[in-house]
Amino acid sequence: MNFIMPHLPVLQVAIPLIAAPICVLFTFGGHRKLAWLFTLAVSWVCFLIAGALLSRVLLDTDISYAIGNWPPPFGIEYRVDPINAFVLLIISGISAIALPFARLSVEKEIETDRHILFYTSYLLCLTGLLGVTITGDAFNIFVFLEISSLSTYVLIATGVRQDRRALTAAYNYLILGTIGATFFVIGIGLLYMVTGTLNIADLAERLQPLSDNRVVHAGFAFIVIGMGLKLALFPMHVWLPNAYTYAPSLVTVFLAATSTKVSVYVLLRFLFTVFGPSYGFVNLTLEFVLLPLAIVAMFAGSITAIFQTNAKRLFAYSSVAQLGYMMLGVALSNIPGLMATILHIFNHALMKGALFMALGCVMYRLGTISLGSMKGLGRSMPWTMAALILGGLSLIGVPGTVGFISKWHLILGTLEAGFWPIAILIVASSLLAVIYIWKIVEVAYLENEINQEKTLNEAPISMLAPLWVLVILNFYFGIDADLTTWVARNVAETFLGGGS
Amino acid sequence: MSNQSILILSILIPLIGGIGISLLHRAPNLREACTLISSIVLAFVVYSLLPRILSGETVNITFREILPGLALEFNVEPLGMLFACIASGLWIINSLYSIGYMRGNQEKNQTRFYIYFTIAISSSMGIAFAGNMFTLFIFYEILTLSTYPLVAHKQNPEAKSGARIYLGLLIGTSVGFQLVAIIWTYLVTGTLDFTPAGILKGKIDPTVLPILLALYMFGIGKAALMPFHRWLPSAMVAPTPVSALLHAVAVVKAGVFTVLKVVIYIFGIEFLSETGASTWLIWAASFTLLAASIVAITKDNLKARLAYSTISQLSYIVLGAALASSIGILGGGLHIATHAIGKITLFMCAGAIYVATHKTEISDMTGLGRKMPFTYAAFTIGSLSIIGLPPFAGTWSKWYLALAAADTQTWLVIGVYMLSSLLNVWYLLSIVAKGFFAPPSEKSDPSTGTIKEAPLLCVLPPCLTAVGCIALFFFADRVVELLRPIVN
Repeated sequence: MNFIMPHLPVLQVAIPLIAAPICVLFTFGGHRKLAWLFTLAVSWVCFLIAGALLSRVLLDTDISYAIGNWPPPFGIEYRVDPINAFVLLIISGISAIALPFARLSVEKEIETDRHILFYTSYLLCLTGLLGVTITGDAFNIFVFLEISSLSTYVLIATGVRQDRRALTAAYNYLILGTIGATFFVIGIGLLYMVTGTLNIADLAERLQPLSDNRVVHAGFAFIVIGMGLKLALFPMHVWLPNAYTYAPSLVTVFLAATSTKVSVYVLLRFLFTVFGPSYGFVNLTLEFVLLPLAIVAMFAGSITAIFQTNAKRLFAYSSVAQLGYMMLGVALSNIPGLMATILHIFNHALMKGALFMALGCVMYRLGTISLGSMKGLGRSMPWTMAALILGGLSLIGVPGTVGFISKWHLILGTLEAGFWPIAILIVASSLLAVIYIWKIVEVAYLENEINQEKTLNEAPISMLAPLWVLVILNFYFGIDADLTTWVARNVAETFLGGGS
Repeated sequence: MSNQSILILSILIPLIGGIGISLLHRAPNLREACTLISSIVLAFVVYSLLPRILSGETVNITFREILPGLALEFNVEPLGMLFACIASGLWIINSLYSIGYMRGNQEKNQTRFYIYFTIAISSSMGIAFAGNMFTLFIFYEILTLSTYPLVAHKQNPEAKSGARIYLGLLIGTSVGFQLVAIIWTYLVTGTLDFTPAGILKGKIDPTVLPILLALYMFGIGKAALMPFHRWLPSAMVAPTPVSALLHAVAVVKAGVFTVLKVVIYIFGIEFLSETGASTWLIWAASFTLLAASIVAITKDNLKARLAYSTISQLSYIVLGAALASSIGILGGGLHIATHAIGKITLFMCAGAIYVATHKTEISDMTGLGRKMPFTYAAFTIGSLSIIGLPPFAGTWSKWYLALAAADTQTWLVIGVYMLSSLLNVWYLLSIVAKGFFAPPSEKSDPSTGTIKEAPLLCVLPPCLTAVGCIALFFFADRVVELLRPIVN
């Protein structure tokens, strides 16, 4: 064990990366089930590593790992501190919980001969997301971002068996995602031009005297726009609803819970570690660009969600609104605000994971997730629908759920910043969430079943168990928020302390 | 049993009952027995706490802190004890009544009905014993959510739209105003604990105090202060047992109970009367009181009329709190008890009439008094108690409230009380008069000839509570004695 421990940071990424080509080998003989089992095992190993890393950075100090023993800032550095260890845990944790759910869902929704390649892409996507999070090198972020994005395009396109619109959704995301990544890499290039370094810690140091440099300003703008696109910041969110709606259930669960969160993390990293709110232009961006966009996103997302008839698309628009909450916390740039963002990265992963998984169960039994077909489903699939409603309550932010914890901090943040009208707007937008959740309640519980003679069964236990694990976590961390708030406070203080 | 375990049990017993009910859904008789047993056990447990509270003991449990200063905390104090006693005691009677009504009407989904009923009762207990505003808010929201399926019970378009208004207004006000007020309070004081002298004194600029008070008062939508009162008439689409226990007792009383709690333990009576921050509330409550009474007169649907009467009576209590005097608080607390027992009688009678005749409009109910003497006798007693005539319970609470108005020298309020009592006479006794003295409309409705009393389980409960109205007249001093420690 002692031999492995120091190498955990690189293993976190290397294991899924190596696992992906190995997974392809299962095509010889068509061992679909083995491929799934293998992916599951890899996910759990990643999860354990992430847990070990988080406990180490929380109890001890930050870890810096030099790839190939080339010391930073010359070589690539993997740097683990509480924030990215936390995000690593979220990504690998969601993957570990979602994969037991995956087998039947994938079986149902994806063509049989593509299963093994599907799991391979999934592993690559996991690699990319973990890599983006763990690396301390700006260009390396871009590389992993592309790995995750390219595999995501593939994953979304596998939804084609259910609906051919998955192809256009994937293509749309491909174009917009590539533009986002290009903007990001241009930004990195500009920063490299003036500083000559790609290491994040080194960049932060060398940018200090350059706060009036036009190139730095341009680089910053490119990075914010690029990441804004990747994290679906309103009005750059247009790729998201279709991508989530037409992707296979498992992919939606995984992407909704992790991929936008990773982009939020990268943006946080650049805003607060590389630049920092003490730079005039960062402050201006926060207050006059991110803040209004975040508020518009909260409302535009929720209002659009109310009018959706497809449950997946409904929650996809709700994600746009939720990302607005996260960006609002960033824009406030005070301790409770940032805590709210970090908490919500975790909390939103739990709730959207649960919600999309519940929809996955509905999809498995019904073959469709339009609201019209879910009439009276509360009776034939009681556990699934109960989970959906409980997840919805968490999304609204009912006390006792994780949603409440994030909203509480967000409102404290706005009040501390003196923006009390925004506090009222946050509350008002939560009420919009009540409306779209209640649309589902009414359909599922107050309508009569359309198809009386065909009796529907509850989803199989292997899908319900992971779903309910997430639902219970929604409540557990809503009642016992010590751990999450502690991490969030820790991180928020480092960000604001280090930046100014 | 230790006091702590009694407290926990009182929240858990209804839930355990609910689990039992869901397991017994195939055997209706056992299921109903389960409801009855859990209501009796609950009342026994709650009332066993009463002597200990009267002797001055306090009970406090703190579960974990969710966020710093925000703990799940329970604390028994006299007002909460009173609310718990009323809700648990009337649950027994209402359970009997539910059985009679639901069976008499052959309602569907009865298991669901009984299960959500238990959750609502459990959350009422949580509200009664909440030790801080945060805990209270959690149970307040659970109460709203758990009563939604009861309001939407019939699942027809009318029930659905009624339930939508119900949920929209209650959640909307509680999240939109109350939660903001709670967060504001937390931000300036760092605590949300219910403390005898209030927590705001010296922490907040008195000029913004009326705004904070307004956020609380309108945020507590369950107190039905106009203009956020529409949910209560909308909730009348629910089966009558729900209207009786929840929308005359548990839910609305949870609202005014919260109002009293906020005024006493968050603001502090002294602080309010020093700053005069509640003066506007006196007029807002007076307006609701009179306006709702006048609307009640115009309603021909019996349950709608009773609903507006409830809105008006709730404002009596809000007004008592707004006067910010100790006698007003006593009167408000007492009115929670007296109005509860009076109004539940009226609702149960309305349900009994519906089960027996399927009539909902007052103008159709002519001459029914002679066919249904017990029901109408109970209705008369309930009405007289609500009006506030001796020897019925309502006398005392109105007495104390009027005393409070005199004490604070807001003479106009006495006029408001008197005027509204006259309006009560008009809209309640006219129903009684039609029942007893108007000739039956046999021509228009041939079925009238065969009308007789509703089943025993529908008629007995209102008679019991009517007797309660009289008993409470003689024992009102006990209630005052229980409440007195709050204001000293």
